[in-house]
Amino acid sequence: MAQRSSVKTSKMRPVYVVDGSRTPFLKARGKPGPFIASDLAVGAGRQLLARQPFEATEFDEVILGCVMPGPDEANIARVVALRLGCGQRVTAWTVQRNCASGMQALDCAATNIATGRADLILAGGTEAMSHAPILLGPDMVNWLGDWSKAKSLGQRLKALGQLRPAHLKPIIGLMRGLSDPIVGLSMGQTAENLAWRFKIDRERMDAFAMQSHQRLAAAQDAGHLSEIEALYDSRGHVHDQDDGLRRDTSMAGLAKPRPVFDRHFGMVTAGNSAQITDGAALLILASEDAIEKHNLPVLGCIADSEWSGVDPAQMGLGPANAIAPLLKRNRMALEKIDYWEINEAFATQVLAVIAALNDVEYCRTELDRRTAVGEIDEACLNVDGGGVSLGHPVGASGARIVLHLLHVLKRTNSQRGIASLCIGGGQGGAMLLTRNKD
Amino acid sequence: MVDNKNDKHWHIHTDEDNITWLTLDKVGTSTNVLSVEVIAELDSHLIALAKEPVKGLVIQSGKEKGFIAGADIKEFLKVRGTNDAIEMMRGCHTVFDRLEALPFPTVALINGFCLGGGMELVLACRYRIADENPSVRLGLPEVMLGIHPGFGGSMRLPRLIGPVNAMPLMLSGRTVSARAAYKLGMVDYAVPTRQMIRAARAIILKPPQPKQPGRLQHFLSHRLIRPLLGMYMRRSVAQRVSKKHYPAPYALLDLWIKHSDDPRTMLAEEAASVARLVVGDTAQNLIRVFFLQEQLKSLGHDSDFHAHHVHVVGAGVMGGDIAAWCALSGLQVTLQDQSPERIAPAIKRAHDLFKKRLRLPRLVQAAMDRLRPDVSGEGVAQADVVIEAIFENAEAKEALYRELEPRMKADALLATNTSSIPLEELGKALSRPERLVGLHFFNPVAKMKLVEIVHSTQTDAKVAQQAASFTRQIDRLPLPVQSSPGFLVNRILMPYLLEAVVMESEGVQPELIDRAAVDFGMPMGPIELADTVGLDICLSVAEILSASLGTTVPDKLRTLVNAGNLGRKSGRGFYAYKKGKPEKAKIDKETEAPADVTDRMVYSILNEALACLREGVVDTADHLDAGIIFGTGFAPFRGGPMHYLRSQDVSVMKQRIESLAQTYGERFKPDEGWQELK
Repeated sequence: MAQRSSVKTSKMRPVYVVDGSRTPFLKARGKPGPFIASDLAVGAGRQLLARQPFEATEFDEVILGCVMPGPDEANIARVVALRLGCGQRVTAWTVQRNCASGMQALDCAATNIATGRADLILAGGTEAMSHAPILLGPDMVNWLGDWSKAKSLGQRLKALGQLRPAHLKPIIGLMRGLSDPIVGLSMGQTAENLAWRFKIDRERMDAFAMQSHQRLAAAQDAGHLSEIEALYDSRGHVHDQDDGLRRDTSMAGLAKPRPVFDRHFGMVTAGNSAQITDGAALLILASEDAIEKHNLPVLGCIADSEWSGVDPAQMGLGPANAIAPLLKRNRMALEKIDYWEINEAFATQVLAVIAALNDVEYCRTELDRRTAVGEIDEACLNVDGGGVSLGHPVGASGARIVLHLLHVLKRTNSQRGIASLCIGGGQGGAMLLTRNKD
Repeated sequence: MVDNKNDKHWHIHTDEDNITWLTLDKVGTSTNVLSVEVIAELDSHLIALAKEPVKGLVIQSGKEKGFIAGADIKEFLKVRGTNDAIEMMRGCHTVFDRLEALPFPTVALINGFCLGGGMELVLACRYRIADENPSVRLGLPEVMLGIHPGFGGSMRLPRLIGPVNAMPLMLSGRTVSARAAYKLGMVDYAVPTRQMIRAARAIILKPPQPKQPGRLQHFLSHRLIRPLLGMYMRRSVAQRVSKKHYPAPYALLDLWIKHSDDPRTMLAEEAASVARLVVGDTAQNLIRVFFLQEQLKSLGHDSDFHAHHVHVVGAGVMGGDIAAWCALSGLQVTLQDQSPERIAPAIKRAHDLFKKRLRLPRLVQAAMDRLRPDVSGEGVAQADVVIEAIFENAEAKEALYRELEPRMKADALLATNTSSIPLEELGKALSRPERLVGLHFFNPVAKMKLVEIVHSTQTDAKVAQQAASFTRQIDRLPLPVQSSPGFLVNRILMPYLLEAVVMESEGVQPELIDRAAVDFGMPMGPIELADTVGLDICLSVAEILSASLGTTVPDKLRTLVNAGNLGRKSGRGFYAYKKGKPEKAKIDKETEAPADVTDRMVYSILNEALACLREGVVDTADHLDAGIIFGTGFAPFRGGPMHYLRSQDVSVMKQRIESLAQTYGERFKPDEGWQELK
């Protein structure tokens, strides 16, 4: 296993986060939502750029994470950069690390600033999951190929005669995207694996889900989501809040839905899983030089980041395996971290991460440690809700949790936080954020 | 080859493939027009070319921005009589016939505007290639000037694309894009700029079969079918314009029905018909209106002000639509209001406008990206123009200006869309009141071309010029007016509307009042107009004007507003509305309105117009006419109220207004301005 150095190199330049904003996360409601992925990113970015003292053309580059850009959004970062008025000279590229694409974009941006390749970068992620494509099966594609070659009436009739109803069965792109092609499990089934391994019951999951809704409701009421920029659709509607929130969530209500993935005896339901949503989040990252040149405010610093690989069948444990080495390299005890954001792909998955980090056996076998890493205090974790209540637009979530964690640190005047998420395919990512450069 | 004195406007060059390129670059103008001189020079080239053994001829424009915008309209005004006009057109027919008869392939390369005479010239070529760039427009818009095509177009266009396509184009004066022209068969190819030269060469070196209309079109052009098709077309023309006011389309239809079997006769009759029209009042007045429009356009030339970013405060109907229009015109726009909910409806209207005008999703998206909702007002600091369009309350506006001014760029324009509050009063809130100017748009912004540029005694003259420049940038017509109650348009419109309301209260059927106004040449009767504008808005403007001008507000207006009947928008005003259309009682043609209905309306306008001119609300009588025509739709074929006044017997008119004053009292008291008329 290739691993990053356990010692931080001192030559790296500090990386600052100046500002950021995101769209409200809009729940997919069975039909394509009002915005495509680039609309979302433009909606997140235009007021963000408008309030900066520098011009959009002064960015060195734009980096976006996106898992499923639309058919007109090849290299969506470039599409967004041009639509935001960054001009033809600002380069842009798109990254894909599945559920962590937004965090990957930040990591790429941070690296380029740290190494001195860039000073000012717009980075983040966007995803319009409601616009995931409906695909044709290979049989249908083959048939269409024959059809286009059939010229005479006889050939066409023959081709028509070969068309079967089964050919017309569509492939739902989103369902395929949320399944692991190597181990043949849906993401929900990998979560069932974690519940089984760490003995997490349905009630525990539902309680966590309810808390997510309650915390989001409280955050909305307290105005703690100031990073949200309203979206306007072409039909005259305003979208200014995460609309997946259910204020009436109760344990009785959460107990009702049947399991979605292991249909008969499973525990993971739509109620205790992340919602399918559309959304985008963008951050402005800057070097010390850029901060001084444009006299920019500092929201916080990206101090370090770590990626891990785990069993695809237990992909939800990725955060545990990324957090442990991140803490170790930075010579930090778990207790030193003031606030946490661990993306809620599934309630049980977050609970499993907490359990794993506090489990001596797991830490010994999986993390090569002699002792457990420690126990994350739930009071400091996802304090304003998470994927279960506000959704998980896969390309955007990584950027959202980093942005929101920085706002939480600022609001509570605390120093350090870790944002982390699990990645379909069996990976985890974690990012250490600080208020000041240490 | 041709000698040099003939190379003034046209440049000729024969290349290695023996293809001759004839390039029009008219001296001393930015756009090509077909003056008598240009046509004569073309003729001498054609005479010489006919004897040359060339492979083919390409006609193109030397101007980057356009092909040929039409005939030289200035020359129309010099026409002394029908014979003079016939001679001019017959001369051109000879030249275009010569072009058509050349023994080798001829190709027109069309970029930008190709209108009127320019279109007629390319119709005489064997092939036409248009640049597919959106700036390209082709058509025969002569009817807009009260005439119809006179350089052979009325014969050649139907022959090329068939009557069903050709006649509606000429009857309406509509222009089309290169793509549409290709679909109609007006051009052989619509190609990107990069392929223009290659396309012309390819066609000449290997000439394809020239385009022809299908068999159906031949059938419809038959002598026995034409009267029937003509009747159908006449009916659709009659829905738009009356023969009395706009004779040109009717003359064109007659021409086609009677003479289109023989091209020779057709050309002779075309010249005779246009000659009859061009000396008539309608054509002369419409040509006058064309030049009035040019005059207003030229007001934008006094400053080289160029805006990139406009910030609009107030996302109501006016503010929202102004913002959308600016974004459509290519500007970056921020639209501010107190909450996202107030801005959202404006975004929807903007999207509808963009979709209708731009069609292509890519362009709609770009326009939507240019229009930024901006609750926090980030745009103020970046804007070159800040337009305030909040509700009509002086204190609120002043408070807003105090907030805006320190954040604005030092050289940015600050404009108000107020229709009633004097600029002097609003200027008090500013540390630099000289920068405040009025940009008074009319509703609906996308349709009304006029913008009143309101200046107070404090307004810096340079600022007013910049505002006019900006108005041109967004393709509207600037009209400088003094900051006085109602400015020009509302002030003149209101007495007319109120007089109609008074007549209605007196018991005259509203349908009769509206009919009388439409018969005079108004685009819409005053009662229906009041309903359309909104009776609440009429009332508030009327009240503001009554305070300063002493007009009385009819009780009926108040009663209707108090009852919540606000006109079209509320479904009931003077008329009841179904799906936005008034339910008018049928009146048969025999029913006559009281004899003085038309005069009471028209003299209200004339009297107020004289007052405005005397008080210096506008600079000149021409500006007044232009303002009233473009701001209210006042019968364009009458050339504007001042022109109308002067074209009548003034002493008779003076007597008439005096008698109206005797019958109806103070409101018809002749303005002092009447004294100065001769």
